[in-house]
Amino acid sequence: MNAVRIENAKVIASEPDPVLGYRKFQFGSFTFERDAYFVHVRWPKGTHTIEVDRFLRAMVRDIGWGFFYGWIFFDDVFGTQNHYGTVDIFAGTYSKGHRDTKVDFLETFDTIDVRAAFEAISINWINEGYDPLRAPMETGSPLGAKTREAKGPLVRGFEPARRMLGLPGDVSPRSDASGHPINRAFADVTYDKPVIEPEPGFEGQIHAFNLYDHIARADVTWNPSFTSISNACICCVTSEEHMLPVIHGNDRNEWFIQLSDEIHWNIQDKSTGNPRGRIVMKSGDVCAMPADIRHQGFSPKRSMLMVLENGTPGLEQRYAKGELEPFPITASRWK
Amino acid sequence: MSFKTRMASLESYDKGTIEVKDDLRHYAFSNIFEVCSKSKPYERVMVVSNLEYAAEAVRAEGASPWYTAPHDEFAIVLDGEIEFTFFQLTDAEKPAHKAGAGRLKAAPAGKRMGRVIARRGHEVLLPKGAAYQLKAAKPSVTLIQTSAGPESVEKWSEICVQK
Repeated sequence: MNAVRIENAKVIASEPDPVLGYRKFQFGSFTFERDAYFVHVRWPKGTHTIEVDRFLRAMVRDIGWGFFYGWIFFDDVFGTQNHYGTVDIFAGTYSKGHRDTKVDFLETFDTIDVRAAFEAISINWINEGYDPLRAPMETGSPLGAKTREAKGPLVRGFEPARRMLGLPGDVSPRSDASGHPINRAFADVTYDKPVIEPEPGFEGQIHAFNLYDHIARADVTWNPSFTSISNACICCVTSEEHMLPVIHGNDRNEWFIQLSDEIHWNIQDKSTGNPRGRIVMKSGDVCAMPADIRHQGFSPKRSMLMVLENGTPGLEQRYAKGELEPFPITASRWK
Repeated sequence: MSFKTRMASLESYDKGTIEVKDDLRHYAFSNIFEVCSKSKPYERVMVVSNLEYAAEAVRAEGASPWYTAPHDEFAIVLDGEIEFTFFQLTDAEKPAHKAGAGRLKAAPAGKRMGRVIARRGHEVLLPKGAAYQLKAAKPSVTLIQTSAGPESVEKWSEICVQK
């Protein structure tokens, strides 16, 4: 594997293509070019093509997640790995065929530079009427020539609660007032409010809110956001519809709790991408996603998912060194 | 196009499936409603464990002991209706254990802070510095985001799919 660290990398944009109107971008040794249907990623010795909807859905989430925990595979070839301060952009690094033919490539950049590059690409390539954070049935098409650049925030829905949603001074749950109506797929659910009766002097210390109402109002999919945090134990919730547009490779264990409906997960070996199997999670199911797999979810109907993460800094290094087992419940606990 | 949202309950749950060429114990696949259908009232069964952190599935039925933790916890009601009552801890009641829920030896002696009545989908803060008690007139289910502690019960072999 070739691994090069590039500091202070700047993304360089070309003049707009005279026919389609999109710019081409150079970042480090990678170039990114789109046409009406596809994105073409090029690096020394290699080229890879990704369908444009898939690419943009992956890229805006990668930006919004802050490159998330571990590996974000846009597909089996191209993606990023988060080192929490730096980010690898790789092509073919985890693909046997690319490695065998020595066309795999990886460069490491400062996180802030990757973010700037991905934002520049996304802004130029996302047209008005297409929103890659929405479910496919809720947005327009990314195909064709450039029209007008989409307005509004490129990423949204990521504002994390600091302690718990709705507490005084913390982030508010979604509501009609915030511009988030109940999604069409959850319109059949009844939403009410908890009864909160603080004694005088304890107002704001006794707290509850309707978590399902908050999830049902999400205008984004596959986009977990913090709802409650205790030390480094982070609870995220998200509404899921269609497919997770990335394949996530864990650098730590995480846990899924299926709150409503069902999601089908494809499980692959993290290093090779070889299939390991599939998991169908239904309402009430709980499942660990071990630190040695990749996973990708498919949600036939919009569903509610809770994710529990351990955000302890440096945990990824303890797993990488083998200091921690890549699965959460060690052998001695199976009595 | 109409939609039918599926939310399971103690009365009606349908566990998913796991078909993975791997040691299934690595995935610790369980179902909260199945766990709580077999639990004793207020047995705090770990269904999530991530190093020191945990989530516990709790069958709420009748009145619970009084609990306290040295950090915030959060309860999400998944089925039924649960009343949460809170008292401010006195200095003598402050938890000596490092993490997770522990039991108070007696009814709390501090000021009453208030109560919350929560139903399916509601998330309730169980704040650091408070003692709390759960009450449910009918069998109900809650999932508590917490850390492993004195009240945590581990029975992975009983609750998880292994074959």
